[in-house]
Amino acid sequence: MKAKNQRLVLIMVAVVAMLGAVLLAMSGLKDQAAYFYAPSDVLKSPPALDRPVRLGGMVRKGSLKKLADGVSVRFIVEDEAHAIPVQFKGILPDLFREGSGVVAEGRFLNNQQFVADNILAKHDERYMPPQMAGDQHKTGRVS
Amino acid sequence: MLAEFGLAALWLAAALAALQIYAGLWGWRQPQGAVAALAKPVAVMQAALVSAAFVSLILLFLRTDLSVKLVVANSHAAKPWLYKFAGTWGNHEGSMLLWVTVLAVAGALVALLEKRLEPKTLVATLGAQALIGLGFYGFLLIASNPFARQFPAATEGMGLNPLLQDPGLAFHPPTLYFGYVGISIAFAFAVGALITRDVGPAFARAMRPWVLISWVFLTIGIVAGSYWAYYELGWGGWWFWDPVENASLMPWLAATALLHSVTVLATRDGLRAWTVMLAVVAFSMSMVGTFLVRSGILTSVHSFAVDPERGSFLLMLLGLYIGGALALFGLRVGTVREGNQFDPLSREGGLVLNNLLLSVLLAIVFIGTLYPLAAEVLTGEKLSIGPPYFNSVSAAPALILVLLMGAGPLIRWRRDEGGAVARRLIVPAVVLAAAAIGMGLLWGGKIGMLPLLGLIVAAGVAVASVAPLAKRNLRRTPLFTWGMVIAHLGVAVSLAGMASDSAFMQERLVAMKPGETAQIGSFKVRFDTVVPIAGPNWTAVEAQLHVSRDGAGWTKVMRPQSRQFWSPPTETSEAAIETLWDGQLYTVIGKSDGSGGWQMRLWWKPFVTLIWAGGLMIALGGVLALIGRLWREGGADFWKNWRAAGPQPAAKVAKTTGTKPKAAKPTGTRR
Repeated sequence: MKAKNQRLVLIMVAVVAMLGAVLLAMSGLKDQAAYFYAPSDVLKSPPALDRPVRLGGMVRKGSLKKLADGVSVRFIVEDEAHAIPVQFKGILPDLFREGSGVVAEGRFLNNQQFVADNILAKHDERYMPPQMAGDQHKTGRVS
Repeated sequence: MLAEFGLAALWLAAALAALQIYAGLWGWRQPQGAVAALAKPVAVMQAALVSAAFVSLILLFLRTDLSVKLVVANSHAAKPWLYKFAGTWGNHEGSMLLWVTVLAVAGALVALLEKRLEPKTLVATLGAQALIGLGFYGFLLIASNPFARQFPAATEGMGLNPLLQDPGLAFHPPTLYFGYVGISIAFAFAVGALITRDVGPAFARAMRPWVLISWVFLTIGIVAGSYWAYYELGWGGWWFWDPVENASLMPWLAATALLHSVTVLATRDGLRAWTVMLAVVAFSMSMVGTFLVRSGILTSVHSFAVDPERGSFLLMLLGLYIGGALALFGLRVGTVREGNQFDPLSREGGLVLNNLLLSVLLAIVFIGTLYPLAAEVLTGEKLSIGPPYFNSVSAAPALILVLLMGAGPLIRWRRDEGGAVARRLIVPAVVLAAAAIGMGLLWGGKIGMLPLLGLIVAAGVAVASVAPLAKRNLRRTPLFTWGMVIAHLGVAVSLAGMASDSAFMQERLVAMKPGETAQIGSFKVRFDTVVPIAGPNWTAVEAQLHVSRDGAGWTKVMRPQSRQFWSPPTETSEAAIETLWDGQLYTVIGKSDGSGGWQMRLWWKPFVTLIWAGGLMIALGGVLALIGRLWREGGADFWKNWRAAGPQPAAKVAKTTGTKPKAAKPTGTRR
């Protein structure tokens, strides 16, 4: 192989590999991307029922209830316009509190019911989920 | 006073960085000239000044000076001193100051210690390094001044997020920063070499220690971060594909690729442009990582504050640096001569494949991490990409990469015979096949396909990793070969741990009353009682769990806690983890149900510790390789001269170090 050729071959192999990676990633994204909903988004367009999604909002004060099995809880996630009841089996993250932000991963049973497999911790007391920060900017609550 | 001193030192350091840029980027054509002569002393002075600024900030935190905004916002007089100390960088401003401090100190080390590089390239490198530094000085001074005062002084600080009040905080961020900064030093070398058109083995040898150091720190940082999240967050997971974890994984992947290609350049003078490109990519990834973590656009324990101004400043820096580096690369790549040739079937060929697969993995992680951000900006659609994407898409390239990693070191440099390679690979291949048949029969259909494949590959690759030592005199095997073997073995060990945990992990969530017993795996967990506990700045309820193992005399009392911190008021759960030879028992106490029962979360995680043990082996391998290389490339001569010359070795040392590149010429075909 001539000097120029080897460099050319390497470049072509690299380009092909990168294209492959992008295609692989794109096909994965199509299957696996989870949509993020704020409660009021559900009013605008009905949520997909057959795929994992995330629901983010504020936990309504006084809405947290323990169910009879001792390990499941029910609470209401709301924003300015709408509220959705969420059921979750498991230990709530350390920073879960009524009246503060939460992101729940799971599925919609229907427009009015959400079952969470996972509650994402809001790690930092000064942190707002970016998806919510848009709403919060208006009220000036983001530090 | 101290705050003003720190701020003044920071401004002076920034000014010196500007001077260093001038000295480096204008002076390199006459490396002996008066302008270029400034570069080294200025680099050292700059490091001293910024270190002074950083020490001032540490002192302000240690004495909880409540007239300084940053201290008020992040500290509290009642905190244990270790967390006051570590709290210095447990916030945005302090961590950025740590970043530039490490960068400047590394620059000073380059100025003082680097003797192999051509003088003009060294001068240009120092200029490039100061250019990186100046951007961050600007960021600190304009958008995030750590020394800002507040008037009147507060009466009490707001405290540190309790999740961060952990010894891990003292080590995790600095290690990752050392990693990021090491990469920017490597990048500065690449820019220096591009400017002076001096891309060759000498440049590669000068850059390699920095790549190795930063790679070791990144590895340790990732391993420590993973273990910290595992025991501190109480979720029982060790990797969440959280964007911030990805932000550290991406530079690691790029640095791993760079580490391997720089070896080709240093030993065989091949892959010149390729290596420079990888240095640019690795640096871009560490900038992207810094941006993701520091701009506050992500959901994470690491985003300290949402501040659009900072985000846009960092984004601008990111664009300038990456764009500038790519432009320079584009302009100068034509002048980089083609390096030595190699056969497709050769060590170089294998390393090219390694680089390609690492780049593919990097692209997958990069797209998955940034796609949600891009989608939201472009279409307003809110998406989140989670573990299902990363696990399913990256699994295949990762497993192929690990398989090739086993084979690569058994191929000779330059060219090799197919038959000879096959003979060297026969033992690992037999082990792999035996593992496939044995494990397939044992666990096929019972555990997931990926964990099963992972276990099989781990077994085969573990054997292949140590194969390069076969038929060698182990005492004469160079240290860097040992480093490679141990690091590769570490990958297999880590993979085995991951696969074993995902295949055989058991999890239970139960509501228990005192006196009740739950079964998890082969363990019986009896819930004896809960007791209140008080700490320095928290109170807690602590469960006493009496655990015993079926069929073994082993018993133990485990005490998971649920802690209430009062400043700021927060709850954290402290998992109780019991490490056994074959795994870990992991218990978490949740909330009370109000009628005497408590939520308990119990996990049995077989061989989960191998994940981090393997990670540490990888880092150890890096350390051995670093020592081995430094020894071979001058350390041995230095030591000999020092011993021979006695107390005044300076002149002799300078002489021998000057001729070092020749002494370090490639020896043998197996490295």
